[in-house]
Amino acid sequence: MKKTVAVVLALLMVFTLFAGCGGKDDGGDYAGTIKIGVFEPASGDNGAGGKQETLGVQYANYETPTVEINGEVYKVELVTADNESDPSKGITAAEQLASSGVSIVLGTYGSAVAIAAGPTFDSKGIPAIGITCTNPQVTEAANYFRICFLDPFQGTVLANYAYENGMRKAYCLSKMGDDYSVGLVNYFSEAFKKLGGSVVEEQFEQGNSDFAAYVANAKKNGCDVFFSPVSTEAAALIINQADAQKLGMPILASDTWDSNVITGAAKGTGLDIIVTTFYQEGGSPEFDKGIKEWIEGDKTNLENNGGNTELAAVTAMGYDAYYVALEAIKKAGSADPGEILKVLPSVTYEGVCGKVVFKDSGDADRSEAVVKKCNTEEGTWEYLGTQTVQ
Amino acid sequence: MNFFVDNLPYILAGISVGGQYALIAIGYTMVYGILRLINFAHGDMFMMAGLVMVYLAADLPMQIAIPVVIVFTVVLGCMIEKVAYKPLRSAPRMSIMISAIGVSYLLQNAALYLTGGLAKTYPAIPWLAKTVEIFGAHTKMVTIVTPILTLVLVIGLVLLIKFTKIGMAMRAVSRDFETSQLMGIDINRVITVTFIIGSFLAAVGSVLYFTNYTAVLPTSGSMPGLKAFVAAVFGGIGSIPGAVIGAFIIGICENIIKGLGWTTFSNAFTFVLLIIILMVKPTGLFGEKNIDKV
Amino acid sequence: MNKEISISKKQKTILSLFTCLVFLALVYVGDMLTPPTSSWGMLFTVLEKGSIYALVAVSMNLLNGFTGLFSLGQAGFMLIGGYTYAIFSIPAASRDSVYQYFDGGLIKFSIPEIFSNALGGVLGELGYSLGEFIGMFVPMIMAGLITAGLAFLIGIPVLRLKSDYLAIATLGFAEILRAFFQWKALGPITNGSNILRSFSTYSSPLFPIIISGLCIGFIVLLINSSYGRAFKAIRDDEIAAEAMGVNLFKHKQWSFVISSFFAGIGGALLAMFSSSITTTPFTSNLTYEILLIVVIGGIGSVTGSILGSFLFVACSEWWLRGLDSGAFLGLSFGFMRPGFRKVVFAVVIMIIVLFYSKGIMGTREFSWEGFLTFLKNLPGRLINFFKAFPKRLADFFRTLPAKIAGLPARMKNSLKKLKTNTKHGKEAR
Repeated sequence: MKKTVAVVLALLMVFTLFAGCGGKDDGGDYAGTIKIGVFEPASGDNGAGGKQETLGVQYANYETPTVEINGEVYKVELVTADNESDPSKGITAAEQLASSGVSIVLGTYGSAVAIAAGPTFDSKGIPAIGITCTNPQVTEAANYFRICFLDPFQGTVLANYAYENGMRKAYCLSKMGDDYSVGLVNYFSEAFKKLGGSVVEEQFEQGNSDFAAYVANAKKNGCDVFFSPVSTEAAALIINQADAQKLGMPILASDTWDSNVITGAAKGTGLDIIVTTFYQEGGSPEFDKGIKEWIEGDKTNLENNGGNTELAAVTAMGYDAYYVALEAIKKAGSADPGEILKVLPSVTYEGVCGKVVFKDSGDADRSEAVVKKCNTEEGTWEYLGTQTVQ
Repeated sequence: MNFFVDNLPYILAGISVGGQYALIAIGYTMVYGILRLINFAHGDMFMMAGLVMVYLAADLPMQIAIPVVIVFTVVLGCMIEKVAYKPLRSAPRMSIMISAIGVSYLLQNAALYLTGGLAKTYPAIPWLAKTVEIFGAHTKMVTIVTPILTLVLVIGLVLLIKFTKIGMAMRAVSRDFETSQLMGIDINRVITVTFIIGSFLAAVGSVLYFTNYTAVLPTSGSMPGLKAFVAAVFGGIGSIPGAVIGAFIIGICENIIKGLGWTTFSNAFTFVLLIIILMVKPTGLFGEKNIDKV
Repeated sequence: MNKEISISKKQKTILSLFTCLVFLALVYVGDMLTPPTSSWGMLFTVLEKGSIYALVAVSMNLLNGFTGLFSLGQAGFMLIGGYTYAIFSIPAASRDSVYQYFDGGLIKFSIPEIFSNALGGVLGELGYSLGEFIGMFVPMIMAGLITAGLAFLIGIPVLRLKSDYLAIATLGFAEILRAFFQWKALGPITNGSNILRSFSTYSSPLFPIIISGLCIGFIVLLINSSYGRAFKAIRDDEIAAEAMGVNLFKHKQWSFVISSFFAGIGGALLAMFSSSITTTPFTSNLTYEILLIVVIGGIGSVTGSILGSFLFVACSEWWLRGLDSGAFLGLSFGFMRPGFRKVVFAVVIMIIVLFYSKGIMGTREFSWEGFLTFLKNLPGRLINFFKAFPKRLADFFRTLPAKIAGLPARMKNSLKKLKTNTKHGKEAR
């Protein structure tokens, strides 16, 4: 009996060896298949955001599943690899993408994993387009480009916004071990202090869900604004505690909070939540309508978007990133990663989130951010305006 | 007075989270008392109870969902015992602990698969989630309910152990496993009852905890679980009042530390406390002497 | 039927050396020939990560399997090792951008760079890369030594504790260490919560394989020495060992310190593998994973830990990924969505823990005699198996109806058996 089980297990293992190999062709009239890697977390701290970003890419692929190179039509296939929001797991996910022969990689949500995987993409000679990883260090890897704005920019924008609206003392809460929130808090407090404000900085530990003390600290210190650019998981908990303890000051946050998780948590609370982000629903009605229908039409998609069709900015960014990749493939006239890498710096694209033009550093040239406020009665986002850095 | 008002939010939060740790800690301390096993899966069971509640409350009214969650957790707890611990009862102690870690790994991964790695929002239980005001501090109703409910349950449990036949059997088994077996006590029954009580309290604890902190993640159970275990050790493993007092001390200290601005070390503090107590008084505050017979 | 083969010690050494060389040469040539985007690229990643995990698993086995100390601090020790290596080998030029929030950090030099410049000045172009290569070993050994030193300090109070108290205390220490490395006040050294990167790393998969191999070789020598025998004596019976004159505390301390030394080196290798390091992966979950590897391989078998690591890494990072994306062995079901791989994996691990508690190897080790005997008998066994196969198959189908009919009764019986077994089972707690 034991032996049989052991043999069956061993056979399973051996067979799986072959499972990874051998891509399938669906027999359409294509000259071939081009693979685009989707390097996103589907689990871990950034799972929710990663899934929404992936949705944008998938919708774009659904809308435009082919690309024309030199008069021949190629099918575009998405290859996904879950990097589990973990830098060391991200390396193997990146290897996995490279070994499945992708031409270009999109992602990832969460800068730390992008920074860690940068050298891997470099060594494999595969170009990568960061969608919403805003830490400046991401594009230090030669092959990493990105289409979003950067943390120093966003931090300054948020500081300007806060100061212009009469806030003088900020409570900043970041998550330990999280590059994104720690970095952004750093840039925010730098800019805010320069303007003449003062800052109280605190951090919470990974896996913490008790935010009662942090909200109490903000109140005790007599702050005017609660700045917490953390992941959506923690955000929902913060909102909940802020409501329970009657925080009494606006909450300011960054692009991660632009998600229906936040509007869901904030609905009916009467809190004042303001975020800076990339896209406001209504920016491109055609895109909004199309993707909403698409999300609604599939149970898995709806689940990945958090159960409703409220769009996150990261989804729109994912959508743009896919088209930037297609532009690059067309321009290179080849599916060869090396060729794409050569032309990528000169690619421009007018997306739903604005125009993408790459600077020498590989970063997109963006000079304004959208400011949104949460409508806590209806649980939706309201457009407040755009904010730039003088 | 001013000091009191300033620090009230921390003390309130500490008492409430302490009560919730206490309910989990009892499960640890009872299982350890009888099986000499750190039930690593206990914290994950607590998480599973939260997760099931999320799914049930979507379709069922609260009055039905809460009892179903409690029954589910009890069944899960007993099943884990039957499948993962019972076959290893005569195996070395390390194997059964590894099995516990394996179960914890399995439960976390199952939750990861079910939720797809996303945080699930815990349903608001209307009365418990209401915001109330005490001495100028705002907090949720559950903060006040938790310590009261914890004390009621603990008193009930202590009475059960002191005055019923099964309680006597439990005390006997935790004192001396082999001898009580020879005396004709049905060990398996005692262990099952222990797991039923532990799981029941974990389920109640999960309802209170997640009403306060409304996100359920696959890893939500591991930290509270570890802290509750530390509380159990602190109070003296095997002692129920000890576990409760230990849990309240840990809950309150943790929040005061955060209030003092040492937020980096709020988790680490728990473990420092553990190591200090293990060095100075390994039997804990109320532990029996010579509990560790290796 | 089973013929034993015996070979001399000299032959064995030659055979081992030869196999190692062939293996290394194969890896080298394979790595050279494989284009970076080939589907075989994963093989080398698995070999790299597997060998690193193997080192850490063997070091944990030394503690848990050979000395009987149930310690769960491995992740914490890897963290120290990884950070030590990273901190001392980030090139001076990159420090400003890595430590961007801490003005370039407190430490302004890189050890590989010092060596590289020193040798480069003498030997020119070749000297620079050679220098960096030699220089990498210094912070790596420092990683091991600092980890061992800290383990020594931690061991003084902790090792006096018994079994599960020891487990939970070491787990606690790992958590405390993690908090310290994230502490903002230490930021100029550890970079706080931010990623450390752009330090010197290896370029060929041979590097981690050889380093891990040497370290594991050392551990094997240690286990076979008088120290190793003392460790095993402690594991089997502390009181008897003490009576025989083994200094309990001293030997436990040695085992703990040596195990941590290699966990530190493993951490440094892991940092090189990821080419960056943060505190986030070093949670108790990493320790659990390593522990499960040790269990899969067999507690108390070095060979088992090595096999277990490669199997674990290959399954979780490579072979079973198909379960997540919904295409596995040509099968595709709706329930195969992200995370399914891990559930399957966890179930398999539970099966191993419950039903094959000895793991792959039990406490046995690889030996040339055993291996060659196995090889020699293999053809015969296979022939016999296939010869008997049709008959067996026919037998199986013939008796199937009867078996199915008898199933309820059999289940009842085995349940009864289990009950009586557990009732009368000897308590070995």
